Amino acid sequence: MTDSPARRPSGELESQVLAALWAAGAPLTPQQVQDAVDADLARTTVATILARLHEKGTVARSKAGRSFAYTPTVQDADGLAARRMRTELDRGRDRSTVLARFVSDLSDEDERLLRDLLGDQS
Amino acid sequence: MTLAVWIPLLLPLLAAPLARRLAEQLAPRTAALTLAATAAALGTAALASLGLLTVTGLLHLPYAAALAHFTPARRLPDALSGTQWAPAAAAAALALLVIGALAARTAHHQLADLRRARRATGDAPAGLRARLRRSGPAALTVLDDHRADAYALPGRPPRIVATTGMLAALSAPERAALLAHERAHLAGRHHLLLAAAEYAAACHPALRPLRGALGYHLERWADECAAAEVGDRALTARAIGRAALAASRAPADPRPRLAPAAAGGPVPRRVRALLTPGRPRSRRTARTLAALALAGCLAAAAVTTAEAGHDLHRAVETAQGERPAPHH
Repeated sequence: MTDSPARRPSGELESQVLAALWAAGAPLTPQQVQDAVDADLARTTVATILARLHEKGTVARSKAGRSFAYTPTVQDADGLAARRMRTELDRGRDRSTVLARFVSDLSDEDERLLRDLLGDQS
Repeated sequence: MTLAVWIPLLLPLLAAPLARRLAEQLAPRTAALTLAATAAALGTAALASLGLLTVTGLLHLPYAAALAHFTPARRLPDALSGTQWAPAAAAAALALLVIGALAARTAHHQLADLRRARRATGDAPAGLRARLRRSGPAALTVLDDHRADAYALPGRPPRIVATTGMLAALSAPERAALLAHERAHLAGRHHLLLAAAEYAAACHPALRPLRGALGYHLERWADECAAAEVGDRALTARAIGRAALAASRAPADPRPRLAPAAAGGPVPRRVRALLTPGRPRSRRTARTLAALALAGCLAAAAVTTAEAGHDLHRAVETAQGERPAPHH
């Protein structure tokens, strides 16, 4: 990554920090967030992002020793809505073309091919 | 009325396979734009032809002829009348009704999917303020679901949606690649291209295969953007591969798998394209010929549609007594 993280839009970094918090599955201190994000972020940048997310109510914080530890808050208050959407989208016969999914379904053959392609990297 | 009106209805049979072949030999962005433009142009031309045929048929009806202020003695000149036009016009009218129904169904599905996806993010239905606000970079919305899934949600505000299952399946650098991929979809407004192909497919059955092809090349386009942003093709390939494997490990419900194609499905092809960049493409002359042939098809569609419209216009003017009837 050549460009400095400071010049990248803040929304991008917020997304990365949020993704790291969710992936961790446990409260993270700013120091741990800094390690978990794949960008060369300054400690102060991480602190600013976390403060902004906390302000928005996207993350909750709790006292952990001398600093705070952050956990993401569940955004889909009724997770039911999400589940309903998935089951309806997953019926598969006429999948929505407006939501560009990251990955499409794999056939068994695809799965084998993929494992071959990724080889030892996977 | 000449043969011209039929040409736009036949051209998709030739141009659609041509466009797909050509797309395989182009860079992802060019390929996607070519496919979307081809679908939109040919769909519009087919629609125009059917419209002209229908109007021609309508003008044979006494009531419509009176509305169009035709001189009673003349009605439509011979070139336009003749019994062979009645079945053609009726078929064209029927086709237009079918297209209208298909397009309405498509619009209904797309809106319903968007609304459902939007509700899942916890957003209120987009109010006036949200519509007026300049949308910044897409924020990430995380759905608490162990099944791996991620997609770009267009609209206001644009969102990247990922499940906790997907985020947990990837490493930090891979998550960065995923986010960059979805951002590329939103920044490029890829959903508009997909929608264009979707409606074009409703206009002419031969244009249907362009949807899938466009979907694939849009994914490739976003993959390349992501690889450029994270600066690592192998990493991006791994992110896609691991995400797909994670998604298939915990499918929502067992689905019948389609018979595998020889070259593999879209995901292995995307991974391979990232891992082996600059693979030998077909010769440049072949590509140029395909591009020229496709351009010829699109030009022919435009010219014949204009010609058919012009013919109808002249015939109508003749029937209205504003122009002497042609000798025959």
